[in-house]
Amino acid sequence: MDAILLQILNGLDKGSAYALIALGLTLIFGTLGVVNFAHGALFMIGAFCAVTLQKVFNLYSVVIDPTKTDFLGNPLKVKVPYVETWFGEMAGQAIINWSVPLAILVAIPVMVTIGYVMERGLIKHFYKRPHADQILVTFGLAIVLQEIIKAFYGANPIPTPAPDVFKGSFDFGVLIGFDENSIIYPYWRLIYFVFSALVIGLVFAFLQFTTFGMVVRAGMADRETVGLLGINIDRRFTLMFGIAAAVAGLAGVMYTPINPPNYHMGMDFLVLSFVVVVVGGMGSLPGAVLAGFLLGVLESFASMNEVKTLLPGIDQIIIYLVAIAILLTRPRGLMGRAGVMED
Amino acid sequence: MSRITTTRRGLLKGGATLGAGLALPTIFTSPAAAYLNEPKGSTVTLGFNVPQTGPYADEGADELRAYLLAVEHLNGEGDGGMMNTFSSKALKGNGILGKKVTYVTGDTQTKSDAARASAKSMIEKDGAVMITGGSSSGVAVAVQALCQEAGVIFMAGLTHSNDTTGKDRKANGFRHFFNGYMSGAALAPVLEKMYGKDRRAYHLTADYNWGWTQQESIAAATEAKGWETVNNVTTPLTTTDFSSYVAPVLNSGADVLVLNHYGGNMINSLTSAVQFGLRDKVVNGKNFEIVVPLYSRLMARGAGENVKGIFGSTNWHWSLTDAGSKAFVKSFGEKYGFPPSQAAHTVYCQTLLYADACERAGTFNPCGVVEALEGFKFDGLGNGATEYRAEDHQCFKDVLVVKGKENPTSEFDVLEIVEVTPREQVEYAPDHEMFSGGALGTCNPGA
Repeated sequence: MDAILLQILNGLDKGSAYALIALGLTLIFGTLGVVNFAHGALFMIGAFCAVTLQKVFNLYSVVIDPTKTDFLGNPLKVKVPYVETWFGEMAGQAIINWSVPLAILVAIPVMVTIGYVMERGLIKHFYKRPHADQILVTFGLAIVLQEIIKAFYGANPIPTPAPDVFKGSFDFGVLIGFDENSIIYPYWRLIYFVFSALVIGLVFAFLQFTTFGMVVRAGMADRETVGLLGINIDRRFTLMFGIAAAVAGLAGVMYTPINPPNYHMGMDFLVLSFVVVVVGGMGSLPGAVLAGFLLGVLESFASMNEVKTLLPGIDQIIIYLVAIAILLTRPRGLMGRAGVMED
Repeated sequence: MSRITTTRRGLLKGGATLGAGLALPTIFTSPAAAYLNEPKGSTVTLGFNVPQTGPYADEGADELRAYLLAVEHLNGEGDGGMMNTFSSKALKGNGILGKKVTYVTGDTQTKSDAARASAKSMIEKDGAVMITGGSSSGVAVAVQALCQEAGVIFMAGLTHSNDTTGKDRKANGFRHFFNGYMSGAALAPVLEKMYGKDRRAYHLTADYNWGWTQQESIAAATEAKGWETVNNVTTPLTTTDFSSYVAPVLNSGADVLVLNHYGGNMINSLTSAVQFGLRDKVVNGKNFEIVVPLYSRLMARGAGENVKGIFGSTNWHWSLTDAGSKAFVKSFGEKYGFPPSQAAHTVYCQTLLYADACERAGTFNPCGVVEALEGFKFDGLGNGATEYRAEDHQCFKDVLVVKGKENPTSEFDVLEIVEVTPREQVEYAPDHEMFSGGALGTCNPGA
């Protein structure tokens, strides 16, 4: 029982990342009708917003320490971050330590701008082109973006830790009457899950309870009619692209302490996120979220040793097997609407 | 009394017969006989096949830096680096056998098929007489087999699987780097000393050739010291989030987690293990411990503070104080501004060893080079007294046991040396069961 609970918890934080990326993908597909293969790259760029802020906070002046030597035997050059010089050692270290949460503030405007520029500069020229063209151009863009990141940051993962206060794990088992150490869960993963739920809730509330969101939903249902009412739906959809980019970016920022980011992390999530979108139902926002968590939990179960002993290799194919089963029984996905991509 | 009369015709016939007779043995035995890509002009081309893209691109970049440094030194430029400390004095700084060393590079992408394709191109189009490099055992085994078929020498780069000089060994292939067995043999006594005999180990193992052989080696070595292996779970190479593999560890009764992972896998699995607070737990009345049997400084940097206090093994480290290591670190550090990695060290050594073998053999012919390298004993290249064993083309030398440094003084100061394990402790018989099932075969000169 404790092993099952443990894997459910693990699945929820994996599912959180899938759900956030799939939510952004679905927002873009539902509003603009574009299959955006560069969405994984947006997740990766979000993560590198955190890396960049950490690097900015670590910009330093060099002080020579004659009492120590470097690897060549020369006097050691000690790097003192400017933030420590300006704000004092303790405050400076605290700022550096909190660079990931602080990166959220940077990532939102950066990602909205990137999304806006991407849509106006490239994607809009492909609205009337076949989906295959859209896939090719966005996939090409994803490769360009990841190569740019690699050129600046290298190929190796870059450690971007959570603030010290969130290090360690929480003994969930003891709380619900199990043995000590039977169900442990890292604090940051718990935060990631709560954060994802909050972002998803905010996106839904924005679409549900604001006039802007209402117009966007109307445009998703019938773009032409909304346009005939004199509403500039294209401008709103462009902003939605920016919001979708910001959602992917935020997912990336908060993911950095879970796995040190590298230039390839977007591609690692992209294919799985598309499977999530298809399983949830193309164009369905609740479907994307539901499928994200569902597939995250199933993937966790499949990596249990007991399951792998019974079905070797199942952890690598479980998501695709479930996708096949769902599409065979519900061709429109779990919550897909009729008419989407069926023409 | 008879008179011997000498005619002009008779003298010519006799001379021709004598000449042919004297030349006959060398026609059949000369090491300078035709072979693939025999250098004809004033230069000789070496092929550096390293990952320039993909997940090990940083490691590949460091290898390439070391190759360029080796080429400089061979051609008599720079400060000479480890050529000055190398026990063999055959290299003169005038290239190899008087020919200036040039090079071509290929990108392995850490994919066997891509690595073979780039090696093939360097051999067939660029005329490379030797191929070297790589940061993965899969690539090393694939390229080694290709070089054997083609008839050029392969000087392996960073490859740690037992199979490279075990069941997949080839006559044309040579490995300077250590292997999984050696890691186990060096680490186990230190682990026993630090953590005791009564330990229960849980292994997470990368699901491919290198992971399997390393797990087998570490499990055997630690079990011989009294440890119990409670579980071994293989993880797909493509895994990025190891939480579902790490989470059940505490519940398994294990008090040690062994991560048979390398590169990005190692960084992510170690990060997950530390996140789950394993190192803060007490199990079976003992502190829970994590072991990373194969360390790389470049990768350890990626794991950040998580490596602190964690034991592992390495082929070489820049903080060694022998004359060879100091010369190499100075040469590399002054040129590039940071210390070399173990990947850089091993490929630099391989280049010098190849060049030296050519000089001693007096030829670039692969069979002559093989003969010169087999059983070759040397010193001064940073690992102490070393031997290229003739039976399997594996270098035998001391192995370093290291641990993540608690108080690093710089971004390069990630690992500290705990013990230099002597060669005798990590040596094994050529027919050891972990290395059986293969044969060197005979050298192939390719023509």
